[in-house]
Amino acid sequence: MSSPIVKLVAQRVALGILLLLAVSVLIFAGTQILPGDVAQAILGQSATPESLANLREQLGLNQPAYVRYFHWLGGVLTGDLGTAMSSGQDIATSIKGRLWNTLFLAFWAAIVAVPLAIILGLIAVRYRNGWVDKLISGLALASTSFPEFFIGYVLVYFFAVKWQIFPGISTVYDGMPFGERMQAIALPATALTLVVLAHMMRMTRAAILNVMQSAYVETAELKGLSAFNVIRKHAFPNAIAPIINVVMLNLAYLIVGVVVVEVIFVYPGMGQYLVDHVTKRDVPVVQAVGLIFAAVYISLNIIADIAAIIANPRLRHPK
Amino acid sequence: MADNKAKSGLLLDIRNLRIEATVFPPGEAPKNIVLVHDVSLTLEKGKVLGLIGESGAGKSTIGLSSMGYGRGGVRITGGEVILNGRDILKGGKEGFRKLRGREVCYVAQSAAAAFNPAHKLMDQVVEATLLHGTATRAEAEKRAVALFKKLSLPNPESIGERFPHQVSGGQLQRVMTAMALCSEPDLIVFDEPTTALDVTTQIDVLAAIKDAIRDTHVAALYITHDLAVVAQVSDEIMVLRHGRLVEWGGTRQIIKEPRQEYTNALVSVHEIEHQEQNPGTTPFLSVKKVTAAYGRSHIKVLKNVSVDIYPGQTLAVVGESGSGKSTLARAITGLLPPEEGTVTFDGRPLANRLADRPKEDLRQLQMIYQMADVAMNPRQTVGTIIGRPLEFYFGIRGRERDKRVAELLDKIEMGKGFIDRYPAELSGGQKQRVCIARSLAAKPKLIICDEVTSALDPLVANGILKLLLELQKEESVAYLFITHDLATVKSIADSIAVMYRGEVVRYGAKSKVLAPPFDAYTDLLLSSVPEMEIGWLEKAIKGRRMASAGN
Repeated sequence: MSSPIVKLVAQRVALGILLLLAVSVLIFAGTQILPGDVAQAILGQSATPESLANLREQLGLNQPAYVRYFHWLGGVLTGDLGTAMSSGQDIATSIKGRLWNTLFLAFWAAIVAVPLAIILGLIAVRYRNGWVDKLISGLALASTSFPEFFIGYVLVYFFAVKWQIFPGISTVYDGMPFGERMQAIALPATALTLVVLAHMMRMTRAAILNVMQSAYVETAELKGLSAFNVIRKHAFPNAIAPIINVVMLNLAYLIVGVVVVEVIFVYPGMGQYLVDHVTKRDVPVVQAVGLIFAAVYISLNIIADIAAIIANPRLRHPK
Repeated sequence: MADNKAKSGLLLDIRNLRIEATVFPPGEAPKNIVLVHDVSLTLEKGKVLGLIGESGAGKSTIGLSSMGYGRGGVRITGGEVILNGRDILKGGKEGFRKLRGREVCYVAQSAAAAFNPAHKLMDQVVEATLLHGTATRAEAEKRAVALFKKLSLPNPESIGERFPHQVSGGQLQRVMTAMALCSEPDLIVFDEPTTALDVTTQIDVLAAIKDAIRDTHVAALYITHDLAVVAQVSDEIMVLRHGRLVEWGGTRQIIKEPRQEYTNALVSVHEIEHQEQNPGTTPFLSVKKVTAAYGRSHIKVLKNVSVDIYPGQTLAVVGESGSGKSTLARAITGLLPPEEGTVTFDGRPLANRLADRPKEDLRQLQMIYQMADVAMNPRQTVGTIIGRPLEFYFGIRGRERDKRVAELLDKIEMGKGFIDRYPAELSGGQKQRVCIARSLAAKPKLIICDEVTSALDPLVANGILKLLLELQKEESVAYLFITHDLATVKSIADSIAVMYRGEVVRYGAKSKVLAPPFDAYTDLLLSSVPEMEIGWLEKAIKGRRMASAGN
């Protein structure tokens, strides 16, 4: 039964790995093209030609680029992301906590945003072209159209400054109780939800509306099913592939695109970490974070592909 | 639901039904049009009423009104629909939902599209029964299996576990009938249930539907445009045209003694006089031992096919879907280069690939397709569409081109007034005529007609066939006529090639191919064409030697 599926899934995974390798080359090449190198950055103003040469020798920078690339890749594959120049700390250790924070925030934003978007999409289809549909679409579009920093500051103004329900600065630390942690991320999670909601909701609506033209939807209506059940039982299962796709794209955005929101709420996540080190021109950190973001993006898209393959009854149950 | 009216035997009583819709013509204000003009009909319990007419006659609209359903913004604006003694139009949305799938069920034209691809057949078959709570799941499934058996589906115990894509079209149509019967309704609306099927499959499905109606005593509205089909299953027939009643009577009376001219035209639709021509001495186009496949597939769609086409004559290629008819056309035109074999034209071989053929060769072979509306650019006027080959092949432009376009429009019996019209403003028959004019404009030696009349109503199709024959006389153009409809073949062919699973199984002059003794497949094909005879179905089923491929 599963042979075509296994083959397709294996293809997707292999393609994903290949893509990730290609991205790693791009990231490495990109940081090489930038003027100056690590040795110059470390020594800064005090650089003399001799000390530069010495340091390059020390860091292995005078080796050809491909050797350094494989050296770096080998390190990455064994969990060694290198050392941050600015602080001299091991990148892997400092990223671990921050990645966990980012995932925590993205997870709770997704838990709220995904079901909400899909349910709103279903309701919009049920009352399509009526005022409920227009209201949902309008509000969702408005929330997406406002830039994240604007939404963030509006939330801070009302919830943190005026009513003082939630903290305006989302500081979290190790060993923080769950309840407090949730309170801390309430505002950034809300901001993220508002940003991704409309895209998913509108795609859900469009995908289901597309299916609503089908003859089998008419068949369901002529069986006497209620309008909402027609959508839920007969239209939704056939619209699932495009919906999963857009959901995964938005999940990726929740992890990769949180930079602005994290900075606004001073949340110790990956985005903050990246921005801090870009300003310090800390190339190894930028490389590591870039690679992790690429891996998240690619794996979520692979999951979307695989889910779409599995959702297709023609592939799940071949003739 | 047993009240006084029902006991008297009357199930459905539609009185002065008026149905309207709002249309939005481009560039004009929206306006109301009346689709059904005050039609009345009655149907007794256990009887079958056939509704017949061409597209736009309002057959489906009337049929669906018995379920209170209007497709795409269609509104019931007047009259009464009395089902089991009550006017269902007064019941509101809630009332409609209670009767749909319980008192009245629906069998759609294309079961392949009407089944949800995401759910197992069994879940869909018993869905309405469970929804209305008339049986438990176990009872409903038992009932479904019994119905699968009655409709002679293979593996009745397990077919419900399959998904729609795992079952053939003819079988799906029977599963759909089982689905309608499963909730034991009083009335089933059959909406062209066999139109989308091959002729050899149609006969089996038709027989299965007929037996099921007889054994379950369900009443039915049977909607179709094929009078010969409806004559097999109906007790009475109602002829409709433009949303108005033309004639309503017993089946025998309608097909034997039609009282209205329009009914008469429908009855005698296939009678075209065509004298078979003797093949000339030399064919101008020869297909020699052509084998072809799609992609790098091992399945050959054409196997060693050889046919000849003589100047000014018609070769009809018949067979059911998947037999390779259209692939043969693609091989001849170079759209699908054959793997083996050659196509010779005027004694020289044609390049296999379309891209390698000179313009002159392209001009000599033209095509007309089944779906005229998708074969034309919707943003070009009729004048541009017909004028394009004149510019492309002959470099004729300006006033000279317009003159030629007008001549061509004249040939296809459409006036000059059509030059500035867009395809969307034409009827189905007119669109096909424009396609014919476009292919004629190239002055080809051969026109390949791929199911050109299949999508058209019988009377319109008849007009197209007559036009093609006339044009053949005037222009001495040859046709390669691909069709699954043997009645068409009888009307226009000079020679016939019968195809079955990629091979030509019978080939020769029309009189020889259509004269016994037949091979098993040709016999099946010929005996499956519905005839306007009461009792034909039973005779045909009894006399068959070979089961159709759909089973």
